[in-house]
Amino acid sequence: MAKLSVDNLTKRLDGNEVLENLSFHIEEDEFVAVLGPSGSGKSTLFHLIGGLYTPDEGDILLDGKKINGQKGSISYMPQSPSLFPWRTILENVLLGAELAGKKDPQAALKMMDKAGLKGYEKTYPHQLSGGMKQRAAFIRSLLSPQSLICLDEPFSALDEFTRSEMQRWLLSIWQDNKRSILFVTHNIEEALFLADRILVLSEKPANIIAEFKVGFPRPREEAITLTEEFLQYKKDIYNILKVRTTK
Amino acid sequence: MNLLRKGWRPVSVLILLLIVWELASHVFAIPEWLLPAPAQIGIEGWQSWPNYRNHLLATVRLSITGFLIGSGIGLGVAICLHIVPKLRETFYPLLILSQNVPVIVLAPLLVIWFGFGMIPKLVIIVLVCFFPITIAALDGFRQTGADMMHYMKMAGATKRQIFWKLEWPHAMPSVFSGLKIAATYSVMGAVISEWLGAQEGIGVYMTLASSSFRTAQVFVAIFLIMGLSLVFFAGIIFLEKRVIRWKSSGGGNGNG
Repeated sequence: MAKLSVDNLTKRLDGNEVLENLSFHIEEDEFVAVLGPSGSGKSTLFHLIGGLYTPDEGDILLDGKKINGQKGSISYMPQSPSLFPWRTILENVLLGAELAGKKDPQAALKMMDKAGLKGYEKTYPHQLSGGMKQRAAFIRSLLSPQSLICLDEPFSALDEFTRSEMQRWLLSIWQDNKRSILFVTHNIEEALFLADRILVLSEKPANIIAEFKVGFPRPREEAITLTEEFLQYKKDIYNILKVRTTK
Repeated sequence: MNLLRKGWRPVSVLILLLIVWELASHVFAIPEWLLPAPAQIGIEGWQSWPNYRNHLLATVRLSITGFLIGSGIGLGVAICLHIVPKLRETFYPLLILSQNVPVIVLAPLLVIWFGFGMIPKLVIIVLVCFFPITIAALDGFRQTGADMMHYMKMAGATKRQIFWKLEWPHAMPSVFSGLKIAATYSVMGAVISEWLGAQEGIGVYMTLASSSFRTAQVFVAIFLIMGLSLVFFAGIIFLEKRVIRWKSSGGGNGNG
């Protein structure tokens, strides 16, 4: 059974169709990237899965249970780190678990250790760099009890160097702590480097126009981004997006 | 050390002002009952300490009690209005109206209703104290970062969790701004309420002094009030530093 399945999801906002008959699924421990142009309804999709919106048509199922309009079913990492400035990094990292009433500081410390945040437990967010803040934000979602993590363009605000470092970091952490991940991005290379499967969204009303299975073996090295195969994938995806947007 | 570096400018201006005042009162031979020289005020303040000590204590007690009750009510009102938006819409204009009634006018009425005891005095202090706190806290509750709010909602936080884990800590800096204003107001409120008729207090001391043309004593009272306000203000700043440790020197940003 799929971890998350989205069936014929339709959502209208202010009379405009934002999502139209959108269907996809995510397997257990699968890393799925959703790739789409800006304004293609990616954040609407997250609002729906997160339960902030209820769908006009269709269902969202998590572990076979309907979660339409149910908040707190997934764990979430936003585009900006959204750490709470009055909490230390340790307290911030624990927030997701705390909201669900399952706090485990010991596990959090261990995780921070592995994630390269050792020594920052007692510091406040404003003392950290952008990349470090995003690490903390990801650890926060990883420590939340929900089994599906949704990442909303988490690295889009970072500079190129930090971003590629963060991508490698994310893969190594995920390798040791497998979860199902739904990763939204508008960066083709990022999607290719990270994901098992890529879903390409059309412009509004959004539905899936192409699906790519990315066959690179794991653990992945950065070198794969320079291989012939990688570039071929990139070309294919680029062409699909281009055809769609220039039409 | 830090205090010395930052504080020397205002302090030197103050000293300069006092010197000018002192010189002027000698040069122009201003009579003492009209405007006493700073030195005379100083001597008066030193000599009559036993006379006004109890007055000072009474005012300190009154303003602290009033301030505590006022801040408590102010915070309570803010929380109620924030949690129930309907209440907020209904009572917000009334809140502002309550501040448009001049305290000086209200004071005699309160005496008629409650007599000369503690109650009318406390009511006055509470009235001047609660408003800045309520307004500051309400703003603090409302202006939480959109990002953080979005995260809380996506993570499935309940309304109670959103309030205690996000809105309440986020409002702390504004609450402290309100508390600072209220602390200085509370001294003023206490003195005004003592004018109405009290056994003791700086307000009483002041009225007695001015009615017998002991101008130096009036000035002693004025400086006492100023000093008291400053001490209260400093106390709140001290508390603020202990409570809000997370603020970066450049001011916290909602993004974290």
